[in-house]
Amino acid sequence: MTVELLLQTIVNATYAASYMALIAVGLVLIFGVMGVINFAHGELYMAGAYTVVALYAGFGVSFFVAVAAGLVFVGVLGLIMEYALFRPLRDNPLGGLIASIGFLLILQTIAVLGFGVQMEHVPPATQEKIVFANGVVLTYQRAYVIVATVVLLGALWLFLRKSKFGWALRACAQDREAAQLQGMSINHTARLAMFIGAGLAGVAGALTAPLVSPTPYMGHSVIITAFIIIIVGGIGSLEGAVLAAILYAFVYTFVTTIYDGTLANIVGLLLMLIVLIVKPTGLFGAKERA
Amino acid sequence: MPERSASNGLSWALGTVLLGGVLIGLPHLLSLSQQEILVLLVINVLLVASYRLLTLTGEWSLAHVVIMGVGAYGSALTAKKLGAPVPLAMLAGATVAGLFAFLLSFPLFRMKGFYFLIGSFAAGEVVRLIWKWSELTWLFGGPKGIKLIPPVPDIEFLSIDFYNPVNYYYLCLIVVAVSLLILYRIEHSRIGLTFHAIHWQDKLAESVGVDTFRYRTLAFVVSAFFAGLAGALYAHYVGTVNASRFDVESMVYVLIWAIVGGTATFYGPILGVVVLTVLNEVVLRALQLDSMRPMFYGAILIVSILFLPNGLESLVLKVKAWFAGRGQKRATAEQPAE
Repeated sequence: MTVELLLQTIVNATYAASYMALIAVGLVLIFGVMGVINFAHGELYMAGAYTVVALYAGFGVSFFVAVAAGLVFVGVLGLIMEYALFRPLRDNPLGGLIASIGFLLILQTIAVLGFGVQMEHVPPATQEKIVFANGVVLTYQRAYVIVATVVLLGALWLFLRKSKFGWALRACAQDREAAQLQGMSINHTARLAMFIGAGLAGVAGALTAPLVSPTPYMGHSVIITAFIIIIVGGIGSLEGAVLAAILYAFVYTFVTTIYDGTLANIVGLLLMLIVLIVKPTGLFGAKERA
Repeated sequence: MPERSASNGLSWALGTVLLGGVLIGLPHLLSLSQQEILVLLVINVLLVASYRLLTLTGEWSLAHVVIMGVGAYGSALTAKKLGAPVPLAMLAGATVAGLFAFLLSFPLFRMKGFYFLIGSFAAGEVVRLIWKWSELTWLFGGPKGIKLIPPVPDIEFLSIDFYNPVNYYYLCLIVVAVSLLILYRIEHSRIGLTFHAIHWQDKLAESVGVDTFRYRTLAFVVSAFFAGLAGALYAHYVGTVNASRFDVESMVYVLIWAIVGGTATFYGPILGVVVLTVLNEVVLRALQLDSMRPMFYGAILIVSILFLPNGLESLVLKVKAWFAGRGQKRATAEQPAE
């Protein structure tokens, strides 16, 4: 492996880690507050990508407006899921998971009916790229993803640590009943968590739409990636999810570059199985949630 | 099992004969494409009934369809590459599926609940990737899978040709009926009761000397054997298998059949697969809405988990109770007249 290839792979891995972190943090946030594994998370990402397909590639709206629309639209999808599915099934975590599988099928069908099963090609918002020394290239399109991830996750971190809503959210994640006794509204925090969690998946999908050729079935590989990350990071730990996203993105990108993509997928899944067997609470030491 | 009175036994016998008659006569009332769907339905009945055996121990696996695929690949390869007679190859495929589940049980049964669900999902995806892997194309045929799988040989002296879906349907019917009988007997034996005990009170079961790991493994292996058998029946009927046939979407359908039917009774999941397949074929095909199929299944899943959490079988129980209640009322109403 030459130095150029090594550096280029590191840049690619950083990009991959960014959007994976956005997706995984949303999934962990939803699990933490609602206690539900959202199987439809990959389809929320897909919905974000199709928002950009429709608005930016279809109607010619500016790329960043389309991305913002993706965040809001998918966030609202999250609110719908919270209201229609997770709230009635609050005492039945497996029921919530199963209902999210039903929602996934519905979203997939809507995408197929609205756009067809073929791959969509979204033109990049800009052709410009940053060229480092040694000929290492980072396109602006990918840089947007990295910057957006740092900004959004930084804002989320501040929000969770500093604001009153953030405290309430974390209190509900720690102990729902105790938080309720302190006068916090479960419905309110659940809505907030679903909107943020789903919105992050939507932003990830919207930002990467020009880079990945969206299809209605793209959520499948995304949810597998997200599962690997949240298991490796410790299900319920936001910091763990970010660290695991970086770890997994580097492993995946390097194995893909050196060998091939199928082997990279196998390695990722085996990594997750090993963590499940040896340390089910995750590598980054989060406490276990029932 | 509660004791049955003589008249109850008679009605059971009558019901069995009636059901048998309907099942034997059914294909002759259907069109060719419907007959082909009927064959797949019978195979799916075995798949979902074997899935239920595993859910008895309280674990929900997402690897069941992949295990069915292990049986399908195993049987297809045994027949095609080793040249074994097809019926033997089918048994070999089912055995391979069982063995595979045995190996898988060591890592997977260290987990429970969500972790088991996701762990089984990951294990299944690894297997599917290995099937598709370009390095192993010489064995598994890559993404295109295995084609030209030898069909079940004709029985010449009776001139039974298994290319005809009606005949293959009868073959499946016999295999599946025997399998269901075995599954039913297992569930109502001491072993089956132990499975129930592990589901509801695993710590208590352990404390009275039940090796829960061994019983979980047993349930997993037996359910994998019959799933593998269903896969083998599928492979030699369709003639081709590939990794995408056994993807997570197919698994989701099995989950939907089991949940919509309900898993508290033996017949619940079977009811689920039959009702949903009939609805799918009659309603969606008649309205030409085939592309709406996933949405239809998704909506049914959501509606049933929200409003019918115990599945279709709970409706059957309610109807039964209603009839019993009406019978009693009539009896009490008639009493004063005497």
